[in-house]
Amino acid sequence: MVELPAPAVQAGRIGHSRWVRISHWIVTVSFMTLAFTGIVILMAHPRLYWGEVGNDLTPALIELPISRNHRHGGWEKTIPFFQDAASPVSASRTYEIFNKNGWGRSLHFLAAWFLVLTGVIYLLAGVFTGHFRRHLLPRSAELTPDLLWRDLRDHARLRIRAATGGPNYGLLQKCAYFAVVFLALPLAVVTGLAMSPAITAAYPFLSGMFGGFQSARTIHFVAFVVLMLFLLVHVVMIIKSGFKRQMRSMTFGE
Amino acid sequence: MKTHQLITRRQALIAGLASAGGLLLSGWPRKLPPTYGNILRMGDNLTYAVHDALLPGQSLAREYSRKEISSFPATGNTNPGDPDKPKPSETYRHLQRGGFADWRLSIEGLVARPGSYSLADLKRFPSRTQITKHICEEGWSAIGEWTGVPLSRVLDAAGILPTARFVSLYSYDDWADSIDMLDALHPQTLLAYSMNGRDLPIPHGAPVRLRVETQLGYKSMKYLQRIVVRDEFDDGGEKGSIQNGWSWYAGI
Repeated sequence: MVELPAPAVQAGRIGHSRWVRISHWIVTVSFMTLAFTGIVILMAHPRLYWGEVGNDLTPALIELPISRNHRHGGWEKTIPFFQDAASPVSASRTYEIFNKNGWGRSLHFLAAWFLVLTGVIYLLAGVFTGHFRRHLLPRSAELTPDLLWRDLRDHARLRIRAATGGPNYGLLQKCAYFAVVFLALPLAVVTGLAMSPAITAAYPFLSGMFGGFQSARTIHFVAFVVLMLFLLVHVVMIIKSGFKRQMRSMTFGE
Repeated sequence: MKTHQLITRRQALIAGLASAGGLLLSGWPRKLPPTYGNILRMGDNLTYAVHDALLPGQSLAREYSRKEISSFPATGNTNPGDPDKPKPSETYRHLQRGGFADWRLSIEGLVARPGSYSLADLKRFPSRTQITKHICEEGWSAIGEWTGVPLSRVLDAAGILPTARFVSLYSYDDWADSIDMLDALHPQTLLAYSMNGRDLPIPHGAPVRLRVETQLGYKSMKYLQRIVVRDEFDDGGEKGSIQNGWSWYAGI
């Protein structure tokens, strides 16, 4: 293999490759922007549902008290569409809701472009440089319940290895990065696409495989929560293992 | 070699950014809305251009069974005739009192036969009924049955001129918006006069509203008044979505 990480080997240390460092920070900024604008978007309708349909006139799965829009109220008398008692209804609002979705949505999708394009380059580079195989994929020898348990116990006691400044990750660390790169972030992207009326008209299976538009929206939110929890743990681990060294090696390399 | 490799990557990155930038600036594949130097509008245009380039044209949005019709909030303006609502319209109140018998939809601009259509005129066209999902930018969704005349039928009757690129729409509650020709001629794009088997209720846009099923709800303009076929993009000024901070393209 010609394209082994030559710079790091030459330097005699295993640091983060330049493309890893650049994509790490682009994804960081994109993700933070997506998280922030995602909350702004959710504040316009902080109710989550399952299936295709969900609105203020149907029951919610989860109501999030993150804006004044989250509870019913301020609706005119409901009018049934059909004669029968179980008929779906309509009603008009009697109040102005909080809605900053105009810039929120546009910035969300702009950040998503950066995340997706960087993500695609990162995935290709990860495969072709062998980065995933060598650094991210847990080896079968280390994936034993014994070693997993030991690493888990060490982390629970906050006994964290000092930073190495490079990609020779610990076992739980590999598992966490693997889950974020190959599961949580792709799930967030695909459930995001599954909410687009134009994309789902062309590819209905995208929303169908999640059980509908509102299910995709709910899973999109769950992916956000998982990624935020990862971010929290990630930052704690960075601090515990040597904040300055970690930031330096992920920004300027070793 | 280390240096050689870095330059190749950088070149690849620059080439990628340059082509994305070129896409935004050149107006490919068709005329794009202006960006006003606003980075958010550049992102909107990138999404529009990529959808336009990559999605198969005029795919049909999913249609549902009557059993799946759901409750459906009426939002935005729910009665332009009500003086207490924003942007009240004296004309609309008058039309409403007359049961919309005097309502006319005018079709102007780049058409061979400009004219105006009454509700009865529109109902004489072959109709289409579809049960589709309405997705609001706020995040809610609802399924409803719409009956109306496909916009393409009315535009065909008026005779679109070959230079036509956009269809601008104007409403009685003083909004202006537009859709591109691909969406205007989409088989599910309707001038809908009926909802769930009855005359379109006033809160949902009586007497006629637009249905654009491949975009978010705010593109399905209520209380239609006037349609203008154009060869240039028109943002609708202060009455349009862009100048109110919303993306013109709402397919995502």
